[in-house]
Amino acid sequence: MGEAANGNSQDMIVIRNLVKRFGHVEAVNGVSLTVPRGQVVVIIGPSGSGKSTVLRCINHLETPTSGEIWVDGMKLTHNHKDINAIRAEVGMVFQQFNLFPHLTALENIMLAQKVVRRRDAREAERVARAQLERVGIPEKADVYPGQLSGGQQQRVAIARALAMNPKVMLFDEPTSALDPEMIKEVLDVMLELAREGMTMVVVTHEMGFARNAANQIVFMDKGLIVEQNTPQEFFDHPRESRTQAFLSQILR
Amino acid sequence: MTVTSSTSSPASAQGNLVERLARLPWWLLLLALAGVTLLYQFLTNELYTVILDKLTRGVTTTIFVTLVAFSSAILLGLLAGLGRVSKNPVIYNLATLYVQVIRGLPILVWIFYVAFVLTPAFFSLTNALGAALAPVLGADNFLSQANTQDVTLLGRAVIALAFAYGGFEAETFRAGIQSIGRGQMEAARSLGMSYFQAMRYVILPQAVRRVLPPLGNDFIAMLKDSSLVSVLGVRDITQEARLYVAASFRYPETYNTLAFVYLSMTIVLSLIVKGVEARLGKDGRGS
Repeated sequence: MGEAANGNSQDMIVIRNLVKRFGHVEAVNGVSLTVPRGQVVVIIGPSGSGKSTVLRCINHLETPTSGEIWVDGMKLTHNHKDINAIRAEVGMVFQQFNLFPHLTALENIMLAQKVVRRRDAREAERVARAQLERVGIPEKADVYPGQLSGGQQQRVAIARALAMNPKVMLFDEPTSALDPEMIKEVLDVMLELAREGMTMVVVTHEMGFARNAANQIVFMDKGLIVEQNTPQEFFDHPRESRTQAFLSQILR
Repeated sequence: MTVTSSTSSPASAQGNLVERLARLPWWLLLLALAGVTLLYQFLTNELYTVILDKLTRGVTTTIFVTLVAFSSAILLGLLAGLGRVSKNPVIYNLATLYVQVIRGLPILVWIFYVAFVLTPAFFSLTNALGAALAPVLGADNFLSQANTQDVTLLGRAVIALAFAYGGFEAETFRAGIQSIGRGQMEAARSLGMSYFQAMRYVILPQAVRRVLPPLGNDFIAMLKDSSLVSVLGVRDITQEARLYVAASFRYPETYNTLAFVYLSMTIVLSLIVKGVEARLGKDGRGS
């Protein structure tokens, strides 16, 4: 599918000159980014900087205006079958959780396994229970999303994505809609995932998480990557003035 | 101050009584009174008994028309509603054309049109097709033999009502689908589901639950509008009444009975719809 692997096969995601316009608004203005296998890349930046749009282009929730994206060597095209196939390999966690309210936590995690992965009900349930265990709420299997706290809902959403055995996980501001006391339980799950070697792209405002979990920090502003570095260098010796201004506002 | 407060307590008690009296369902009492009067007539007045007996012969037809036309309308409405939210321009425009035509025509006119224009036109088309395919299928193939008369007026009436209500239900389903947040579709698609899988397993189960109350109301409306089939001579309750009146000139007795039969059916149905709604409201799960 698509062209032969671009760059070296160590790279899970390769983005080349990504541009995304909404009408006349340029959300992403030519972004190139490589995410090596097993690494955690954290994208930060002020709101409206295009960081969520980059994330949503990786699994084609937004159709890029131009540019090229490879996921695990497969090039993203407009072909629907290819897109569905790639999406099944790319887990996504949303700011608003987006659990299916008419299904229990267990059923939420089982649905795509059965429909997309064609697993039988018993296998899907076994995987779903294992994933609920992994995110620390096995006792909530038969509870509907409406009866779960925000933190629990987000953990079910992470379990739902993990149950598909994705090669890479995308997190779109996963803790921004949470009450402060629930942020830690979600970040702990994400830290554990990172430690296990999951390839992750995370858009977040949680600088503590960025410092502890990231291999690379990408700072975006006005649709462009301004600076990209390891957490130590990025936080301790920011090079660009815009990065310094942003950090001085965030880290008081 | 003291004066007003001393007089206000009996006044408010009186106000309470008036308010409580005003809140009683007087309409139900009046309706029950009329019903009981009519029931008394059915038991004692031979004329009423005869009329009720005549009219009840149409009940089966009325119920048949209502059930068949409404279930077909649900299917048509679901398809057209999906078409109305489709991104495919051909499907969207076809569905919108259907909905706009239906909404712009009186149902009565639509029934005449289906019965006497569209049905014959459909058979002219099949006959022409049959003639064209005669070398392949033989001269007396089923397409060329098909005849307008093969579809009874009852059948045409049901088809017309089904398509008319299908247009209304399309908008109900469209509203229901669009009331489900964008994030649900995105979450389903991000898990690798196709558009149709996401619709089938995620969007529609939630949307249908939301549109059940309006669908219930439309079912009652369909029961009432089934009386329109009488214009084609289909012998439903209304047609039985018209036939009896034409022969007997007993207008008040016949139409009293007709109204009584319809009201007892619609009131029972609306109570059922209310009950279902209340139960759904109870275990309706958040979002």
